[in-house]
Amino acid sequence: MRTKIEVRDLSKSFESDKGPLEVIDNISFSVQDGEFVALVGPSGCGKTTLLNLIAGFIRPDSGTITIDGTPHEKPSSQGILISQQGSVFPWLTVRENLMFGLNGHAPADHADIADRYADIVGLGGFEDCFPHELSGGMLKRAELARALAVKPEILYMDEPFSALDALMSLRMRNELLRILAKERHTVMLITHDVEEAIHLADRILVLSSRPTRIQAAFDVPFSHPRRLSSAASQELRVSILRELGVDHERPE
Amino acid sequence: MQHLKASLPSITVIAILIAAWWAAVIATHSLIFPTPWAVVTGTWELIYNGTLWQHIAASLTRVAIGFGLAVCVAVPLGLWMGWVRGAYTTLNPIFQILRPISPIAWIPIAILWFGIGNVSPVYLIFISSVFPMVVQTTVGVHTIEKRYLRAAENFGVSRRTLFARVVIPAVLPQIVVGMRIGLGVAWLVVVAAEMIALHSGLGYMIMDSRNAGNRYDLVVAGMIIIGLIGLSLDGLMRLLEGNRWVRWRYAH
Repeated sequence: MRTKIEVRDLSKSFESDKGPLEVIDNISFSVQDGEFVALVGPSGCGKTTLLNLIAGFIRPDSGTITIDGTPHEKPSSQGILISQQGSVFPWLTVRENLMFGLNGHAPADHADIADRYADIVGLGGFEDCFPHELSGGMLKRAELARALAVKPEILYMDEPFSALDALMSLRMRNELLRILAKERHTVMLITHDVEEAIHLADRILVLSSRPTRIQAAFDVPFSHPRRLSSAASQELRVSILRELGVDHERPE
Repeated sequence: MQHLKASLPSITVIAILIAAWWAAVIATHSLIFPTPWAVVTGTWELIYNGTLWQHIAASLTRVAIGFGLAVCVAVPLGLWMGWVRGAYTTLNPIFQILRPISPIAWIPIAILWFGIGNVSPVYLIFISSVFPMVVQTTVGVHTIEKRYLRAAENFGVSRRTLFARVVIPAVLPQIVVGMRIGLGVAWLVVVAAEMIALHSGLGYMIMDSRNAGNRYDLVVAGMIIIGLIGLSLDGLMRLLEGNRWVRWRYAH
């Protein structure tokens, strides 16, 4: 396997009222091509900052990010960010949203490509709807479809399903796995949900609270479809939670 | 039927006001202030001899030209000030100083620059409606949520697409709000401008009715007609708010 994303000695601090606030402290790791890596950590630990750095939306103070061996300095459709809030344009229909990023194609194909991706995520028949006519889960599907339509090599997902209810979140995870089985993408997922990370990822990096460092790394050796209730998954879950400072054996 | 029931209280109040007005005129034996019936016959006289339509057409034409010019200037200017930081910091203080000046205060200058004719009232309408529209458009650009701009950046779209598909559609509802305010102000100002500067229009008609023999029935008729036309113009702008390009803003 080939290295897709290489993060080396990355640091970032922000100015605050009480002087510089160190958010990311000297992080290094790499992500293989086609790998699904989940970053878990306590809330407010700088996970989002880390993802925004890697996606190119903010510049690091020091350190380098290379993608396919070349330095990555600004966002491009090579890697699409999907955030918790979502960014489906409310003034465009689903089809228009899906067509938004399609620069490289002949304009005549745009609508066809958009409709195909709407179908893939299960939004067939809703192409002419406006986002305010869709449910939260459907909005997520639209956002995912818009990202997939530009054939990004990397998906950056920042707690993409955490605003959904538990059932919808589970359905979206399965949907994502179904799509990823067909179209290979490298994925970096940020989540605070350990179960979600075990469900989806090939590898899980546990981040410490601010300043963020990598505290532990776990391989998830289970093949899909995964049974989260299996003894091995539960054991992994307990180990990760222990790294996060939650002792599972003793109820508080 | 439901509609009728809802408007019953306001119809009752209007009826009471008209009755009180009528009673007051009779009780004070006023020879100058008209009864409601005198206003009705006065209005009929204006309709019958055709002058009413001429005055309405004159006022509406001036508003159409002044307001139309204001839209053409305010929207690009507001977009520019909203988008380019330097333009905002340079021009905003000037607008903040000019904005609170009543259009009435511009009348002597309008007469000095443009004389008595059609240009002066058009200028006054322009100057009074341009400011609220510039301000609304600028605020509209400033309040575009960052996640949408970030998504556009992520998909690497051209500057043209960014404006056509993100910035302008996002600001459009604010522009429509600005236009509604601007048209309201324009209609207020046309009447004031015509009282001083011209020989046609509803404002002129009111002043002329008073000067030519204390025809207060025509004065009150003119006032009521102005109110009704203002209401219709506002209704027209509200229809614009139901447009598909604006509606998303009010849906949830």
